[in-house]
Amino acid sequence: MTPALEVVRTGPLTLVQDTGRPGYAAVGVGRSGAADRGAHRLGARLVGQREDLAALEVLLGGLVVRARGRLTMALTGAPAPAALDDRPVAHHALLDVPDGALLTLGTPPTGCRTYVTVRGGIAVEPVLGSRSTDTLSGVGPPRVAAGDILPVGPAPSTFPRVDAAAHPSPTPGPVRLQVLPGPRTDWVGGLAALSAPTWVVGPDSDRIGLRLSDPHGAAVTRVDPWRDAELPSEGMVRGAVQLPPDGGPVLFLADHPVTGGYPVVAVLTEDASDRAAQLRPGEAVRLVVAPLPR
Amino acid sequence: MSGIGVRLLPAGERALLVEVAAPEADRADGDGDGDGTSEIGAVLALDAAFRACAAAGAGPWATVRDVVPAARTVLLHVTDGGRLDILAADVRRLAAELEPSPGALAAGSLGHPVVEIAVRYDGPDLDDVARLTGLDAHEVVAAHTGTPWRVAFGGFAPGFAYLVGGDPRLAVPRRAAPRPSVPPGSVGLAGGYSGVYPRASPGGWQLIGTTDAALWDVRRDPPALLRPGAVVRFTATGPERVRP
Repeated sequence: MTPALEVVRTGPLTLVQDTGRPGYAAVGVGRSGAADRGAHRLGARLVGQREDLAALEVLLGGLVVRARGRLTMALTGAPAPAALDDRPVAHHALLDVPDGALLTLGTPPTGCRTYVTVRGGIAVEPVLGSRSTDTLSGVGPPRVAAGDILPVGPAPSTFPRVDAAAHPSPTPGPVRLQVLPGPRTDWVGGLAALSAPTWVVGPDSDRIGLRLSDPHGAAVTRVDPWRDAELPSEGMVRGAVQLPPDGGPVLFLADHPVTGGYPVVAVLTEDASDRAAQLRPGEAVRLVVAPLPR
Repeated sequence: MSGIGVRLLPAGERALLVEVAAPEADRADGDGDGDGTSEIGAVLALDAAFRACAAAGAGPWATVRDVVPAARTVLLHVTDGGRLDILAADVRRLAAELEPSPGALAAGSLGHPVVEIAVRYDGPDLDDVARLTGLDAHEVVAAHTGTPWRVAFGGFAPGFAYLVGGDPRLAVPRRAAPRPSVPPGSVGLAGGYSGVYPRASPGGWQLIGTTDAALWDVRRDPPALLRPGAVVRFTATGPERVRP
């Protein structure tokens, strides 16, 4: 039997994601790919395969899958409580999943995106060279649904080298995201304007971006001579901190638009972009100025 | 003039934003629409040069994964480990050697493909465009088909292209109220640009016609019919909808 995952149930949103689809931004399709690339990469390393193979990105748990064939799997990212049949299993460790076993993910207490990596990769049909679903452009495989049979690719020739990986626990208090200068930082007179407030993640946040607001009403304002300047659309990056007219920053994530017309006043570091992809609505965030790259 | 003046702007750990440094006098490009069409020739020249370098893959260009032209900038995305400082030095050197390419090039120049798009000029805003331009519907069609357009950049949706260099009389504002859903294949005008909606989406452009051309098809290589630099000729087809 071809190894596969049989999807019994999904939570709010389960997507297939790999390292994305670079090269099409000029024709309107962004890179997309795993929102938390570090967690996706760690999953690939645990099961001993290339990082560009696809895994499942599970938003807020709720996924139930049955193994077809004996599979090697790993869970990374948001620590959704997990069970193999009725036995609790750990994250950041190799899982030996027998044929017919049922893997169940509960709701993670922190973070929001859990990665389910299968040795061999999720082998659905790629679109434009990638198996990532881009929720903005609509390019890529359809979202995962109950009843899907997701084929698993052939096991790679490389083997797992560790059984488990250490991982940092979340620290209490506001999440600190490091920012670097962006192309239009001078429009707000410097990064200090962004780093003062404690921001809160808004409810209308998704893989495209996070909307931040300050519960005390603080907003970032432009300085002269850019107060009323018009910005022709320009290319956007993952991690861009864009400033719409209402003064609440928007953090762009994996499925951000390829171009935009509001000034990018800062850019998250690559690590901070991954961390931002695990933020939930209501969480407190500080944008802290990163030391300049050496 | 010799060379294209550029400003290199930071865009995080894996990208560099190259902005065309137009003289202040050119910034508002005279037509008052704020679209900076005078800078698009420079953007197109930079975009073509960057793409050629990325395809050849020498030095820092081996790490360039995406080249994204826009109204007056080109964004370069690099992969993990790309050296932005070396890339920046190369960008400055290249820009100094380039000349802006004219806004509306003769069809086929620079080796760019010429794409013909057959249009039924039956759009719901044809009358409004005629009124706004002081032309009649026939003259709008003649103006739209009479001058080749050029793809400046994309961005709004997969396969959408902002076309420049057409007949300047066709510069019309967007509609006051955007439509919640514009049908796929709709051919529109706004702010000196023309464009074709690849799929149903909200949109505020003035719609003058419809085409059956497939602007975007993921099973095709390349998937986008219109890519930056390409020359586009619209032709009239089918019964033209003319006012009585």
